[in-house]
Formats: sequence, structure tokens, C-alpha cells
Amino acid sequence: MNWIGRSLPRLEDPTLLRGHGHYVADLAQDAAHIRFVRSPVARGRILGIEAPEGVTVYTAADLSDVGQIRPVLERPDYVAVGQPVLPSDRVCFAGQAVAFVVADEAAAAEDLAEQIFLDIEPEEPVVDLDAALRPDAVPTHPEAPGNVLVEGRMRTSGLDAAFAGAAAVVELDLRSRRQSAMPMETRGGVARYDQRDRRTTLHASVQMPHMLRTGLADLLGCPEADLRVIAPDVGGGFGQKMSLFPEYVALVWLARHLKRDVAWIEDRRENFLASAHSRDQAFTVRGAFDAQGRLLGLEADLRSNVGAFSCYPVTCGVEPLMAFAELPGPYKVLEYGARSRGVTTNTCTMAPYRGVARPMLTLTMERLMEDAARRLGLDPIEIRRRNLIDSFPHRSPTGLVYDAGSYIAAMEAAVAAVDLPAFRRRQAEALTQGRYLGLGISVFSERTGYGTPAYAARGMAIVPGYEQVDCALDPSGHLELRIGASPHGQGLATALAQLVADELGVVPSQVRVISGDTDRTPYGWGTFASRSMVIAGGASKLASAKVAAKLRAVAACLMEATEAEIDLEGGLARVRGTNRSTPIREIARAAHHRSHLFSDLEGGLRQTAFYDPFGTFSNACHVAEVEVDVDTGGVRIERFLVVEDAGRLINPMIVDGQIHGGVAQGIANALYEEMIYDPDGNLLTASLADYLPPTINEIPKIEIIHMETISDATLTGAKGVGEGGTIGAPAAIVNAIVDALAPFGVAINETPATPERIRAAIRSARENRHE
Amino acid sequence: MKPAAFDYHRPTDVVAALALLDAHGADGKVLAGGQSLVAAMNFRLARPGVLIDVNRIAELDYLRVEGGHLRVGALTRHAAFHRPVVDGPLGTLLSRVVEHVAHYPIRQRGTFAGSLAHADPASEWCLTATVLDAEISVRSLRGARSIPASAFFKGTFTTALEPDELITEIRLPLLDAGWRGGFSEFSRRAGDFALAMALAVLRVESGVIRAARLGIGGVADRAIRLHAVEAALVGREATESIFRAAGAEASRAVEPSADIHASSEYRRDLIAAMVARALAEAAA
Amino acid sequence: MNDRLAITLNVNGQSYPVTVEPRKSLADALREDCGLTGTHLGCEHGVCGACTVIVDGRPVRSCLMFAVQAEGLAVCTVEGLAEGEALHPLQRHFWEQHGLQCGFCTPGFLMLAAGAFEADPTIDEAEMIDVLSSNLCRCTGYQNIAKAVSLALQDMRAGV
Repeated sequence: MNWIGRSLPRLEDPTLLRGHGHYVADLAQDAAHIRFVRSPVARGRILGIEAPEGVTVYTAADLSDVGQIRPVLERPDYVAVGQPVLPSDRVCFAGQAVAFVVADEAAAAEDLAEQIFLDIEPEEPVVDLDAALRPDAVPTHPEAPGNVLVEGRMRTSGLDAAFAGAAAVVELDLRSRRQSAMPMETRGGVARYDQRDRRTTLHASVQMPHMLRTGLADLLGCPEADLRVIAPDVGGGFGQKMSLFPEYVALVWLARHLKRDVAWIEDRRENFLASAHSRDQAFTVRGAFDAQGRLLGLEADLRSNVGAFSCYPVTCGVEPLMAFAELPGPYKVLEYGARSRGVTTNTCTMAPYRGVARPMLTLTMERLMEDAARRLGLDPIEIRRRNLIDSFPHRSPTGLVYDAGSYIAAMEAAVAAVDLPAFRRRQAEALTQGRYLGLGISVFSERTGYGTPAYAARGMAIVPGYEQVDCALDPSGHLELRIGASPHGQGLATALAQLVADELGVVPSQVRVISGDTDRTPYGWGTFASRSMVIAGGASKLASAKVAAKLRAVAACLMEATEAEIDLEGGLARVRGTNRSTPIREIARAAHHRSHLFSDLEGGLRQTAFYDPFGTFSNACHVAEVEVDVDTGGVRIERFLVVEDAGRLINPMIVDGQIHGGVAQGIANALYEEMIYDPDGNLLTASLADYLPPTINEIPKIEIIHMETISDATLTGAKGVGEGGTIGAPAAIVNAIVDALAPFGVAINETPATPERIRAAIRSARENRHE
Repeated sequence: MKPAAFDYHRPTDVVAALALLDAHGADGKVLAGGQSLVAAMNFRLARPGVLIDVNRIAELDYLRVEGGHLRVGALTRHAAFHRPVVDGPLGTLLSRVVEHVAHYPIRQRGTFAGSLAHADPASEWCLTATVLDAEISVRSLRGARSIPASAFFKGTFTTALEPDELITEIRLPLLDAGWRGGFSEFSRRAGDFALAMALAVLRVESGVIRAARLGIGGVADRAIRLHAVEAALVGREATESIFRAAGAEASRAVEPSADIHASSEYRRDLIAAMVARALAEAAA
Repeated sequence: MNDRLAITLNVNGQSYPVTVEPRKSLADALREDCGLTGTHLGCEHGVCGACTVIVDGRPVRSCLMFAVQAEGLAVCTVEGLAEGEALHPLQRHFWEQHGLQCGFCTPGFLMLAAGAFEADPTIDEAEMIDVLSSNLCRCTGYQNIAKAVSLALQDMRAGV
């Protein structure tokens, strides 16, 4: 029986479907509730904090022994800034926690918080990305006078010559507006102090429980052994739940201080104001093309608004340095020059969000290809064909090594599936009726499953990347897999169960995956960056193979055969070529309870494995068909097709689910979601009445075609697929809108492409024509 | 995000409710569907000291045709209009409009009367009441009165309702078979607040507009009845170009509001499109 | 002001005597006072729909209703959907079609669809999609939710 490749319904689901899941707020019974008092202004000096008599308010003074969150990149161009858990002298963004109160119930804590007066003298904030870079801009932090916290720079030697010899130089200014990852479950934690062993257990809605424990221990100045972090069922993360946030430090501090259970369950407004934002980026690029459309050189000025502080552990380098390293994407860029800056402002801190910088860089490269094709009179498919990576391994100008992929083939498959000529006929026909249809494509690479080398290259002082897995067969023949990854909706338990079931010849329901608990799992990095199937999967495969080897050895002893003759399948160990077999559970029992019989083997069936790969590149092509209502600027997506190559599919249904969800978030990025600050740094989109994630009505049916390039860069053959949907969709949709509006000669280079922006572009195109 | 504390009363007849309103004055607030009020309370943007829950007042829960009117009792939920409540153009139009009133579960609780009392500028029912010349019956211990829609809405979240008054009924004049309604709304996503919307009711005979009622919503502090555009339409042929011209005229007739979702200039474009589309639908 | 009121909530056919402040939402009372934590709170302002439950046969947002208002009404939550070991058709198809990932929005979607069917058993698929637009999901892109609900609708109509 082969479990790999089957769309097995998830083992996780029955509990969740019955409403029996345990999300962190479900664990807050009987705990006291913390309420944070947050800064109403974006920037200012704290003059005082006043509480009515009888109300206890906790401030920076109470936390004087607690350290600052201060992640580090070991690069000369990085400026480390510290984020106090509670600030003592100045506030840096509207919504920053300044103090907290505690009460028996959440409502009562809110009543108390309302009575706390923050006496803050407001100062003029710096909010906008490009305004922060002006020479006269006020520094957000004194350590960074020009507001640049990190700056990557490179320039290959032949770049100037490439531009000098170009047949066409295409220039673009692109803007991606700020987004929130907006998991359905907000952040939250319940800290329980145990009088018996003086340990504190933090149940928290997080993606990196081990890293959180390290960060908490460092800041609180206690051994990690005094803390246990548990990520229970987590209601989505998408990157927002990776970082160490001040609120968790305050919560654990208070539990230890009061020696009682305390909870913080974030509300939606707080989540919008003070968790993390992303994608506030402006790119200016120039592409040098020869007459055949070959991209000779690429020069880019990349700016990312990283907000008030630097997120721990990945730092504020995550967006700017990802953009810097990966801008060329799936294209052969011969000469490359880039400057990429992370710019600090008085806004909510940037943290990774599904896709990290790549939605914007994909939009950039795909708009560049379209513009170059138009300028050179080339077919937009043909210009991509001439520039896409076609030999492997491919080395990018920034030193990335691409393993085998199907860049051109995936595009050809997508173009064939949508029947481009038929679309062009429909488009022409519709235009005669005053209807504007458009088709856009986007080809991209998705770097996934990368281990320590990739993070070390970024200069991170804390280098994530490997995973350890502890695999044990118990005496009843059931398997326990303890992983350092920390899935939160991806279905990893099911996929890993399928993977190891094949190694051991058992069924997936006999595999129990234990994750998200620092007391019960080996140190690991959690779930983010499209890594878990590749890395935790690879480690699981290695660990289970070790257990299988031992099982074979025991079986060989019991059945008087050689290890090489033993096959594990269908719950049995069989001697190949005979009808002799023994149930695996009997072998497991013997390995534990009759180990004296196997004197040359160690007792038990527990093995640990470690995996730290270089990484692998998935690739895909997205195609969007849209209709634009030119009177309102409204966009309707009529068709969305994905050709995805994520290597071997362990559970195709789960892979499709990742693509569906990713594309939906990409559509959100392309058309709907935008975090808006006013010039004073007040967030205007702090509710779901104003921040607009798409509903089922806005998401079209998503068609998926799979290709499976099996590269040797991963142990399982599986590549990562968590982020691709989000990365590719915006470019496809924006290209489709531009195609639809070709009769107006309108270019859209900003996301989200809101109806108002589209309508404004049409209006100005019409006005220009009349002039 | 928990509301501030309040006292709660649940009268079972109108007189008891009026007595409570009288006793608590501006500190008292009527809780009907609560779909806007409770959300605002959770944000602590609204913090009434006393809630008077009218949901158990059976005498307010009715919907009937009487004396040339559709009489909508104050407890009639939005969902009641999902299927036409009366034969003819009025029932059809109301079921067309209700599709745009928030989302399904909100429509199960929210009330027609509550929408009018709340007076959100983007409320579909406030526009409907304005265009169809609804009469709003209100009562207090001081007595009863009827307020025409044209005098009821005073601005954003502001009405002619006194603090001690309760809406008991809305009367919508029936439309005979010669009328046809049309409604068009633009919002960012299905169920969102309208960035602009238009409601048109036309009498078209032999391709010529004989009578017209037209209004727009979501573009100013209250729904706007476009009397001048109505007058200009009467006697004209019901054609696409006439409707587009009416849209253009409508967009010039108001100074649209601006917010993060739509600038004034963009709302002007939307008014033109929505008016033209509502008229075209009413003439189809 | 703000005296706690003793009321009885009828949830999933069971009586729960609870003492609550008038300001306590039905959602909080279900979660904290009845111990039924399957009803989730995603926004507390009536937009996301994670807290959807069925009250007197209609799906409503339990964050926009106070517990005291539910006195004497029949409340059904996700915990009451399955009959013992047998999953409700909606639960079964959500499972088989991979209609959930993190699972946080799932109870709200289940109760929304179950409630809409209960309110109108003649509801067709297009109307059901419009109903589903009431709630937010961040993981699934809605594809498999639509598929699961459509299959469940067939089963519910057939009384399976």
C-alpha cells in the first residue's frame, strides 16, 4: 500500500469539525485577563501614566529587569534597534502597548484600561515610506538618522555595459500597499504558573514555540527549563504569528510575578493596530533588453517600510533582503544591480507575511516583461520563453542556486489550457459590446524548504533552518512522531503520517504526530517559509527509515532471515519470496520486551534524525481572466488557472488546498486589502468594516494543473507549496487588468488595484486623449 | 472588545417600552435587531446606560397590506423581504433591494425600522423609504405622530426621532402594476456598505416615461431624492442615452462625501453609473 | 447598574442555568458559562461570522446578541450538530472535501449553512453561495467549502 500521493482526508479534522479543537482562548477559563493600554498617537514623549486610586497599572517601571527585543543581523549595513516590552519614555506607533491592567474578566479589564490616562506629548511622526527617506525626515530612532535600518547593495561589473548596449530600456515604478496577514484567530496567550515546580507554561497562538521560549527566557533572564511553550490549535498564522511580541513577554512576566494564571486574548482591533503588517513596498526598476527581448541587465531601487521596530527573530531585513536576493525570480538576468532598504517609520512593525516580498517582485518582473514585449513588438509569451531559466542547476546573479524546475513547460501548459487564441476572439467580440476583458499571466519561482545556509547568508545572528524529528514505535505498533515544526492548519500531521506509513508499512491512522510543545518535541524552528513538508518531512523520512531498519533487524532475528529479505508492508514484516510474515506490532513488542533476544541491538524503537537542506525552488504559472467595469473600475475575475510544480505530491488534496488559499490571499493583495494610515499615523482600517478580506463571492473557481519535477534537492521529492498562490496571483491579475484596459492605454502598477484607482487611471487616460 | 456595562429591560408591550424610554431619556436606547448598535457597543463607540429590548413586543411583529399601504411593523426583520411580501412591483423591488442589505445572518436579526432609526447614510432601507415616500409612525407617552421620510432623516445617524419616541410602523405606498423598480449598488465586496447606490421607480408607457421617482444613497449624510432629475425624465423616451444623461445630471446635483473607500470625485463617477443602471433596470 | 442576571440558556437541547452581566454576549456565555468553546470569536463586530450559531432556527452572529436576549430561545451550536458518533452531512463533506485548514472559521460556516437550510429547506445552490459570503475564511480560498456545502445540500435534501 502506497500512502504517498493519495488525497487522504485529514486526521486532524474530526476534532475540529465537532467544535472540540483547543484554540488558545478556549484555555483561558479561570485565568485573570490582561488588557493593554495602547498609545493613541504615532509618536510622542511619555510624560506620565495616571491611574485612579485603587487601580493597579503595570508600566515600564515594573518591568525594569526585563530586556528589550533586539534582533540582530551580522551585517555592517544593519542598525539594531531595541523594542522595550513597555516603553518608558517614548512611543513609536499608534497602538503600541504602553501599560497594562489585569482583572478577573476581560470586560472588567477593559473597564479598568479605560480609566488609565496616558499623558503623552505628541510629536510629528514619519509615516510614509518615501517621506521617511527625505533628507529632512525626522528619524524614527536616533540610532538611524536616515531611517534606514538595513541596506543591501550589489552591482555586477557588466551592468553599465548592458544598459549602454540595450535596444530598449524599460522603466517602472511599482507600489504595493500595506497588508495584514489577518489570521482568523487573533494572537493570544494563557500563562499558567505552577507552584509545584515554579515553571510557567505559556499556551500561545504561535508558529515558532521553541524560538518563543528562547526569546522569553533571554528577556526574562531565566533558564529555558523554567518555561514551557505550547502552541495549541492555532487559527492561522501566515507569518504573523512567528515573532516574539512584547505582549507575550508581559504576560509571562505577570504570571511569574503574581504566581497565578493570566490570559491575553487579543481583539481584532488590536490585531490590526499592533500585531504586524507587511508588503508596504515601493520598487523602482530598469530593465535593459536586446532587440530579441533578452533581459541583459536589471537595476533596482527597492524600498520597504518596516515600521517602528525590527521583528524577532527574522529582523526587519526579511522583506528588503528577500526582495534584494530574489528579484530576478525565474528569469536569466545576466547583469544585476540593486539597492534595497528597510525604512523605519512610526507605524506598526513589519513581519513576514505569506510570500514575503515575492508578490511584489513577481509583479515587478511580470510587468517588466509585459512592457518590454509591447515596446519591442514581441508576443508576451515569447519574451518570457526567451528569458526563463532553462538549464539546471541555474545560478542567479545573487548566488542563488535553482534546482530542476519546469519554468517554460509550466507556462506552455498554462497557455495551452486557457486557449489563448480563443480568448483573444472572445475579447475582441466583447469589446464591440463595450465590455472589457483581459488576460494576464505570471510566471514565478518560489524558494522553499531552505535550511540554515539561506538564513546564514542573510547574516542572521539566530540562524533557523534545520529540523529534528524523534520517531518511536511503541510496543503496540503505533508510531509517535515528535517534530520541531509547528503546523497550524496545513495538515502536516496527515502528510507526515502518509510519508512515514510508507516507510514502516503501517497505516497513517497508526501515526500520531506531536508538535507545538517545547516539553514534548525536539528543538525546532516551527512552521513558516514553505518549509515543513520539505524539512520536517525529510527528517521524518530519515527517522522513520532508521526505525524501519531496526524493525527489519528484529524481524530478521525473529524469522531467521536476513534484514535485506524483510519487507514492511500492510502492517506485516514479510520475508521476501516466502509466505512467512509477522505482524509489525508483534515485532514492536518483542523489540521492547524481549530485547535480550537481540543482544547486538539496542532496546526500544526510538530514533532521531536531523535534516538541514540547502533548499529547493518550486515554480508555477498563473493565468487570470478578468472583466473590468470601466464605469465603476470594478474587476470581476472570470477564470483563474494555476499550473504548479511543487515536485512530488504527498497529499494532492492538501497541496490543492494550499494553492486555493494562497491564491485567495493573492487576490486580496491584488484587489482588496489595504492598511491605511492618515498623515498623523492613525490607522484608518482598524476594523473589518474597513479592511476587506475577500469572501466567497470574490474568489473564482481555481483550476489547478500539476507538474511534478522530482529534484534531488529534497529527500522526499516534495517541494514547498505554502506561499506560491499568494506570490503569483497579484501579477496575473494586474496584468489581466492592464490587458483589459489596453484600449485606454492604461498601466496599473499599484496593488491593490482598487476600483477607485482603476477608475482614476481610466479617467486620466480619457482626459489626456481629449487634450 | 467587550461593551461597557448597562442595565437591561425587556418590556413585552409598547406602553411599557414607552414608559422606560420616558424614564431613561437620552441614556436609554432601544435594542431591536442590534446589528449596528451592538457592534458599536463592542467597540465602546456607543455606550448607552440602559437598553430597552423590544424584541419580545409581539404587537410590533407584523407585515400586512392595508389601505393602499404595506404596513411594516417595527419588528419586521430584513429577512422577511427575501421573497416578495406583496404581489406587484413593490414586493419585487423590496426583495431586490434586500439582497444588498448586509449579509444573511445580519438580515435574520436586523429590522427595517431599526435601519431607519439608525440612519446610516449607506442604508438601503433609508434610500427606499426616501424614494417611496414612506411614512414613519412613532409613539411616546406624549402621543403618536407620523413623520414623512422626507422630514425624518436629518443627517448621519441623526433623525427626527425624539429620545422618548419609538418607531412602531413604517408605511410604504403600494405601487400598481404600471410601475417598475430598479436598483443598483456598488460596494467593494458583496454585502459591504454601498459606496453609491440608486433606486428608481418608473412608469413607462409606449416607451415614454410618464412618471419617475429616483434617489441615491451612500454618497452624502443621508439618502437624496433627485426631484429635478425626476422631472427632467418625465415625457422623455426610456432609452439608454437618456438614462446616461440622467446619471450625469445626478452626479452633478450633489457634492459627494469622501472617505477611505471612495473620494468625492470617484463617488461622482459611481453616481452616474448607478443612476443610469437603476433607471435601465426600471425600464426593462 | 449592571447587576448580574440569572437566566437559563437552552443550548443543543440542554438547559444551562447561568448568571451573567447583561453585557455578556451570547458567544461569551456559550464559551465561558456553558463551556461550549466550539463557537469562536474572530472579530466581535459581526463581520467575520466565526461565532455564527442557530437561534430559533435561524443563523445569527452570537457576538451581536446578548446572552440575556437568548433566554427562552433554542440555541444550537457546533457541538450539537453531530448525532453522537455520526457526523452531520455538512461535517462529513467538509472533512471529505478538505473544507477546512486551521479550523477556526469552520464552526461558523457549519452553523451558517445548517441554519440557512433549516430556515429554508428549498434553498438552492446559488442562494447558498450568497449565504456563505456572510463569513470569512482565510485558509481555504472557499473552493472546498463551496464543494462541501453543495454536496451536503444534496444529502440534506435527500434526508441522508
